[in-house]
Amino acid sequence: MLPVRFRDQVVPRVAGSVLPYGNGRSYGDSCLNNGGTLLATRGLDRFLAFDPSTGLIRCEAGVLLSEILSLTVGYGWFLPVTPGTRLITVGGAIANDVHGKNHHLAGTFGHQVTCLELVRGSGERVLCSATDRADLFAATIGGLGLTGLITWAEFRLKRIANPYVQVERIRFDSLDGFFDLALGAEREREYTVAWIDCLATGRHLGRGIYMAGTHAAPTCDGAPRAPGRTLSVPFDPPVSLIAGPTLKTFNELFYRKQFRRVQTGLEHYAPFFYPLDGIDQWNRIYGPKGFLQYQSVVPMALGRDVTREMLQCIARSGQGSFLSVLKVFGDRPPAGLLSFPRPGVTLALDFPFKGPSTLRLFDTLDALVAQVGGAIYPAKDARMSPALFASGYPRLDEFRRHLDPVFSSSFWRRVTEDVA
Amino acid sequence: MSARVLIVGATSAIAEAVARRYAAEGAALFLAARRTDRAAAIADDLRVRGAAVVTVGAYDATVPDTADALVAAAWETLGGIDVALIAHGSLPDQPACAASAALTRQALEINVLSVIDLLTLLANRMASVGHGTLAVIGSVAGDRGRQSNYVYGAAKGCLAIFMQGLAHRLVPAGVRVLTIKPGFVDTPMTAAFPKGPLWASPQTVARDIQRAIERGAQVLYTPWFWRWIMLVIRLIPTSIFQRTRL
Ligand SMILES: Cc1cc2nc3c(=O)[nH]c(=O)nc-3n(C[C@H](O)[C@H](O)[C@H](O)COP(=O)(O)OP(=O)(O)OC[C@H]3O[C@@H](n4cnc5c(N)ncnc54)[C@H](O)[C@@H]3O)c2cc1C
Ligand SMILES: NC(=O)c1ccc[n+]([C@@H]2O[C@H](COP(=O)([O-])OP(=O)(O)OC[C@H]3O[C@@H](n4cnc5c(N)ncnc54)[C@H](OP(=O)(O)O)[C@@H]3O)[C@@H](O)[C@H]2O)c1
Repeated sequence: MLPVRFRDQVVPRVAGSVLPYGNGRSYGDSCLNNGGTLLATRGLDRFLAFDPSTGLIRCEAGVLLSEILSLTVGYGWFLPVTPGTRLITVGGAIANDVHGKNHHLAGTFGHQVTCLELVRGSGERVLCSATDRADLFAATIGGLGLTGLITWAEFRLKRIANPYVQVERIRFDSLDGFFDLALGAEREREYTVAWIDCLATGRHLGRGIYMAGTHAAPTCDGAPRAPGRTLSVPFDPPVSLIAGPTLKTFNELFYRKQFRRVQTGLEHYAPFFYPLDGIDQWNRIYGPKGFLQYQSVVPMALGRDVTREMLQCIARSGQGSFLSVLKVFGDRPPAGLLSFPRPGVTLALDFPFKGPSTLRLFDTLDALVAQVGGAIYPAKDARMSPALFASGYPRLDEFRRHLDPVFSSSFWRRVTEDVA
Repeated sequence: MSARVLIVGATSAIAEAVARRYAAEGAALFLAARRTDRAAAIADDLRVRGAAVVTVGAYDATVPDTADALVAAAWETLGGIDVALIAHGSLPDQPACAASAALTRQALEINVLSVIDLLTLLANRMASVGHGTLAVIGSVAGDRGRQSNYVYGAAKGCLAIFMQGLAHRLVPAGVRVLTIKPGFVDTPMTAAFPKGPLWASPQTVARDIQRAIERGAQVLYTPWFWRWIMLVIRLIPTSIFQRTRL
């Protein structure tokens, strides 16, 4: 791990390859470089400029989204796109072209970036934007850190009146219920996402809760306060707390908690967008073996049927899934050559790792995704096959032209090895 | 009125963390640094974080007779100085110093003589207006000479004694003098060392420094437990101490 603290530091000459490392919030091996060197970018944590009248911000790549929010929310500006954690760097947000609950309206983080500086292994500094070196710009967005080191980026923030979100939670009883909401008038809401009860079967298959949020109006009253201290899971439980029976109860309770079909309320942005950031080391509840993530996207035309089949497989496997999230992505063309978000339905799951049976389930899900030309999200992957990567990312060959010869990752070597 | 703060060695990780705290309070800052391009990047950041004004000046501790010009420029630009933090320093290669009188002298120039130049000039300015705080980053390494790091330790120890005397002298003038003694801090200076539970972040140390300045403390061990660790280290009898590899 080599720390980078100043923008003028060129990529160091080391034996072997290098890979930028943000805040390590990716789940798989896309932020690892076995046998090579990681460039730790958190020290690049300065702002270059912020104009509170226009919301245009320029900052170094190691700045955390949480640090941006601390600075800008008071001025009435919010992140234009945010994932489910604010503990990621701007570099990581660009390199995985992250998406949030407003993808259907705003696209991805990459869509918001107006320009960025890239330092190549050769020491060359390139200012990239949609008009300058547009090809390298598109390769770097979602480029998994393989096109060079992003030193800073500029993007436009979004106007808000206050830190609150008007939230509506709507219960739906089946997968069709979800699609009715997601493709109907609810689609117009700023932030939408659905939680799915992965253990429900039969006519309840795909039941869950649809969450829709809108930044609160200036006149909202009864404003809730920001949550105080973060909770933490202070120890590693000897067994997974998310094993069969606990999971069943949890999912049942979560679903039943919604007594009424529709619940509305005003929430501070933190619990709405970042429920897990409030719990330090929340992943410990999964026990010593940890857990695996899975996120896929499948084209809309077949989305309904494939999603149904995937949910059936999961329910049948009895593996459960603590957080299962379903969302319909918007139609905007991807910002980057390797961007994961694209028009279609995305399903995000996480499983306590139970050994071979978990992996077998993943293989079944992969086959379903592959069949309809879908893709897996690299930020959450540790095991997809080179063939699935190639079929899920059709612009791969175009991307290869922009690879920096000095940069590589464990993920990249794994998914590009001997693709016949 | 917001504080007027001079920081020498402003590109240091610890100094930058302190500067951010003052910036957030709307301070006016003068950043003196060897690498002015890096200091300029820090200055932009401090402006975004709320600093009223930030000025960058060049300063290299190895260039003789630079202290005068720097102190005058900072004093003029800020219209007087409320807090001066002197942070620059470099960790010499002890075995190389042991083999070379020239290298030893160079290490002492950077780590103590250049600092004393600045202190003398700043102390007189502050005394003339009867106000201000002089804060210097020393080190726990200055509390006892050790075979592994005694040139650096000598510089920091010399600073501590100088500061002690200066504090004494400046009591009637109403000028405060603070010697900061950090333990292990995770910064570029210590990048090569393996890290463990005793290590602190520059942010933690910066918080302690700002508090100590506000309190008017004269000596700060940061984090706090180093006061006790160093007490024990100082108390170990020489005959035993010299059998260790410390
Ligand atoms: C609780 C949780 C919820 C999440 N929710 C979402 C979500 O809703 N949507 C979503 O899209 N993702 C989500 N993620 C995934 C996360 O947003 C991404 O993995 C993100 O990229 C992590 O950023 P990081 O700063 O931690 O980067 P890392 O994980 O350290 O690195 C990620 C990639 O970015 C590259 N990189 C980092 N910095 C630079 C740089 N300066 N220059 C070039 N390349 C760089 C790395 O090489 C690596 O390929 C979630 C993750 C967690 C833990
Ligand atoms: N890190 C620790 O564990 C630790 C412990 C106790 C005390 N300290 C002290 O804390 C202070 C700050 O150090 P740090 O830990 O923050 O490390 P750092 O980030 O490496 O800072 C060292 C600073 O000293 C500057 N410097 C070195 N030689 C100089 C010269 N000839 N002229 C002008 N400036 C010079 C460097 O400037 P450039 O950027 O131009 O190189 C840099 O700004 C130092 O006095 C150090 O001795 C550190």
